[in-house]
Amino acid sequence: MKHITEEQLIAYREGVAEQRTAISEHLAACEECRAELQRIEAVLAALDTLPVPDPGADYGRQLWMKIAPQLTDKPGRWWQAWLEPGRLAAAGAVMALLIAAFLVGRFTKRYTPVDNVASKEQVRERILVVAVGEHLGHSERMLVELSNAAPSDPKQKEVNISAEQHRAEDLLQENRLYRQTAVQDGDAGLASVLDELERVLLDVAHSPDEVTPAQLEAIQKKIETRGILFKVRVVNKELQQRQEAAAPAPAQSDSTKRERNKV
Amino acid sequence: MNRMPQSVESTQAIAESDAIAVERTLAGDRDAYRILVERHSHNVFRLAYRMTRNRHDAEEVVQEAFLRGYQKLGQFAARSNFGTWVYRIAANYAIDRMRQRQKEEARREAPRMEDQDGMDHDPLSRVKDESPTPERLTQSIELRKQMEQALAALSEAERTAFVMRHWEGCGIEEIAAVLKSSSNATKNTVFRAVQKLRLALQPLVETRAQARAMGTES
Repeated sequence: MKHITEEQLIAYREGVAEQRTAISEHLAACEECRAELQRIEAVLAALDTLPVPDPGADYGRQLWMKIAPQLTDKPGRWWQAWLEPGRLAAAGAVMALLIAAFLVGRFTKRYTPVDNVASKEQVRERILVVAVGEHLGHSERMLVELSNAAPSDPKQKEVNISAEQHRAEDLLQENRLYRQTAVQDGDAGLASVLDELERVLLDVAHSPDEVTPAQLEAIQKKIETRGILFKVRVVNKELQQRQEAAAPAPAQSDSTKRERNKV
Repeated sequence: MNRMPQSVESTQAIAESDAIAVERTLAGDRDAYRILVERHSHNVFRLAYRMTRNRHDAEEVVQEAFLRGYQKLGQFAARSNFGTWVYRIAANYAIDRMRQRQKEEARREAPRMEDQDGMDHDPLSRVKDESPTPERLTQSIELRKQMEQALAALSEAERTAFVMRHWEGCGIEEIAAVLKSSSNATKNTVFRAVQKLRLALQPLVETRAQARAMGTES
């Protein structure tokens, strides 16, 4: 008879075994496995005798007295967070970009089906250039602040990065949209930088509000290792130059895309 | 497993009452949060103590869990059970606290260990190697000490998984969320924890059982 493994017995004892019925049936028939299970149970039963101190009947009230003075800000509902000015502005900017891109598509299609294809691309790209430039600027500022963040006191156990975390959440939404647009436009260089930026923004957005100095250092190291700040600056500068240049020709646009693909 | 046994009705009544308290808190009634603190503080303390094995740390964990719970209460609204939610916050903070405590202890222990004779100072192996005398085993307090050492020798993940599963009766998914791990990996962690505890304690438990059977233990 094939006996039950220790792993299966422990899983069975702790109520997480997958083949519970089969194990039960085997235990009913196998004295050796029953004895093994009893040995496991004896250890667990001994551990169950470890006492937990009683904090006292008044513990809840005492705890409340301690924390009540610290509960200064009113907690917000999840949807209220979206009504904060920063997030509202970000959502508005994304919506405006979507509407603009839609309108460009509509009008160019209706009036100039053949000749204005290039012009449509130019307008779309100009909108993208302006919006992405702003987005990269905001991202760069947030990353610089996070890279320079440090505990104000060396004894400080945790550093609050909630402001950067919330900004990263906002930027993440925009970033996804711009990356998808860049992919659709065949701008592989920009899409690649936005993809890398998205990973960093994700890391920051998913960090706790308060991090230990070691955790903060790990985040900063990640930013530094990926060289994302440098890439963001290079692409942003290039976008600014394109923005300054009046209505670039399609051929120029392609060459700048090719250059950026090398970043 | 000994998470407080509750009937389905009382669990539902508490959840409904919790939901009302959460709504009132979110509407600006700060005192409504007091109901949640007073109702769940004992359970959270028990979890925190079992994880940290230290009353002072446990109290700090409970306090921080309820403070964080208040700050993030807006994110809770869509969830179903405040007790489970604050439990998870406490477990996460307890893991941070254990790591911090371990580093502090490692700093304190390091010079002492270097001064000695190169023997294995791991608490778990000490439990295995010392072959305690029957006299020592007659004292329950000694066994308790060995159990504390065996628990302390578990990794944070193992201790968290063991405490949450064995003592608090939490679901594997709930534990996996705290450990930021998959269900299968969490099951493995529970297994490793019990296996290590067994390895460290089984000889002592068996000797104690024999002593009891022979009537030599008080």
